[in-house]
Amino acid sequence: MTAPTHILHVEGLLIRRGGVQVLDLPSFAVKPEEKVAIVGPNGAGKSSLLLGLACLVGRSSGKITFQGEEVLPQTEIAYRRRIAVVFQEPLLFDTTVIDNVAEGLRIRGTGRAEARETAHNSLELFKIGHLSGRSAHKLSGGEAQRVSLARAFAVKPELILMDEPFSSLDLPTRIGVAEDLGRILHESGTAAIIATHDRIEAFHIVDRLIVMESGRIVQEGTPKEVMAEPVNSFVAAFRRTTGGS
Amino acid sequence: MDLIFDGVHTALSLILSLDREVFAVTLLSLEISSCATVISLLLGIPSGVVLALANFPGRRFVVSLVNTGMGLPPVVVGLFVTLFLWRNGPLGVLEILYTPAAMILAQAVIATPIVTGITIAAIQNLPANLKLQVQALGATRIQTVWILVRESRLPLLAAVMAGFGGVISEVGASIMVGGNIKGQTRVLTTATVMETGKGNFDVAIALSLILLFLAFSVNYLLTVIQQRERPR
Repeated sequence: MTAPTHILHVEGLLIRRGGVQVLDLPSFAVKPEEKVAIVGPNGAGKSSLLLGLACLVGRSSGKITFQGEEVLPQTEIAYRRRIAVVFQEPLLFDTTVIDNVAEGLRIRGTGRAEARETAHNSLELFKIGHLSGRSAHKLSGGEAQRVSLARAFAVKPELILMDEPFSSLDLPTRIGVAEDLGRILHESGTAAIIATHDRIEAFHIVDRLIVMESGRIVQEGTPKEVMAEPVNSFVAAFRRTTGGS
Repeated sequence: MDLIFDGVHTALSLILSLDREVFAVTLLSLEISSCATVISLLLGIPSGVVLALANFPGRRFVVSLVNTGMGLPPVVVGLFVTLFLWRNGPLGVLEILYTPAAMILAQAVIATPIVTGITIAAIQNLPANLKLQVQALGATRIQTVWILVRESRLPLLAAVMAGFGGVISEVGASIMVGGNIKGQTRVLTTATVMETGKGNFDVAIALSLILLFLAFSVNYLLTVIQQRERPR
């Protein structure tokens, strides 16, 4: 049996929230180890896409296939245990940093000692091993977001979904975290989908750029291709902030 | 003023001499209210979690009922529990009217809406996306509920305090379903009412001071735990 050519494949994904259609995705796929950025104005459907891909919101219709297997309602939890999601806010638990990072492993049934050891390694990846005993609620914004990323990577996901993970960080912190994330993503070979407003993630981390508007994909290609022919004013403005031609 | 000072003096001597009757009444109060609080936690926390997280028709109506229940007058509870436990009542077969069991039942009815209401508020006050984050980590429904309750533990301690405070200090329901029978159902509040009625203010003051001390001690203990856990 040959390995699937796509780690994730989506067909006809429709999501309605509050009676309004927020996502219409006829077809979408991510290759193994591919890094995809989703850009678009507020309300474009970026967050709905990520929540839909993680099966965290109900879908009106559509089929999600992960590693060649269709994700069904009864297999959603097993599917979520093979991926990771990072939200805009760090959403850390009211406990120590190490226990936050170990939580995903504990949920999967890993013993406390082993989970903590893996968590510590994940913290070291993000250069915050020294924070392991600290209360998660005493961290700075940048530290908290690094912990959130370490928590996501601790479970060794095959795919990681990130919803504007750096939007609340100041520029120097954002650059530092984005550089570490880019390095770890490439070293680990983890496929990633990142919703972003930020050129740092869009250009330094990803292989493919997708532009969304009103819940639909309106343009896609490599960052250079998309910037060369902006399909709407948002992309044009995005290009200006990147200094692209 | 002399009446009060004499009362306080007698009260202190009753307390310090570990008067057997006062001690028995205090212990029974603590037992009944603790049992009622535990029952209210067992019923109120799961109910509160369900009402906070689930979406079903009539949910708002049920939450409104719970919020109304948080201010249930104890005498009304006492009346209805008495009617239910009366010989010909729906639960008359249990034959527990005028026993500590009936008092526990009545106090649990008073405390459960308090615990449920505070639990709903505590869960709903968690960050909006926290439930999604827990689910995104691969948690099952039971794991999700457990983690959300764990994250709400500090406000839930307030639910314990409010529940216990509500029942240790109530008198209406206890006197109606317990009957204030000496050695069997006499608790601090009912004994205080009785001694005041008889003009034994010194004993009544002693019982009141013990009641205040008891309520304070339990709340102090819970507050210490709560403040130690509070992120600084």
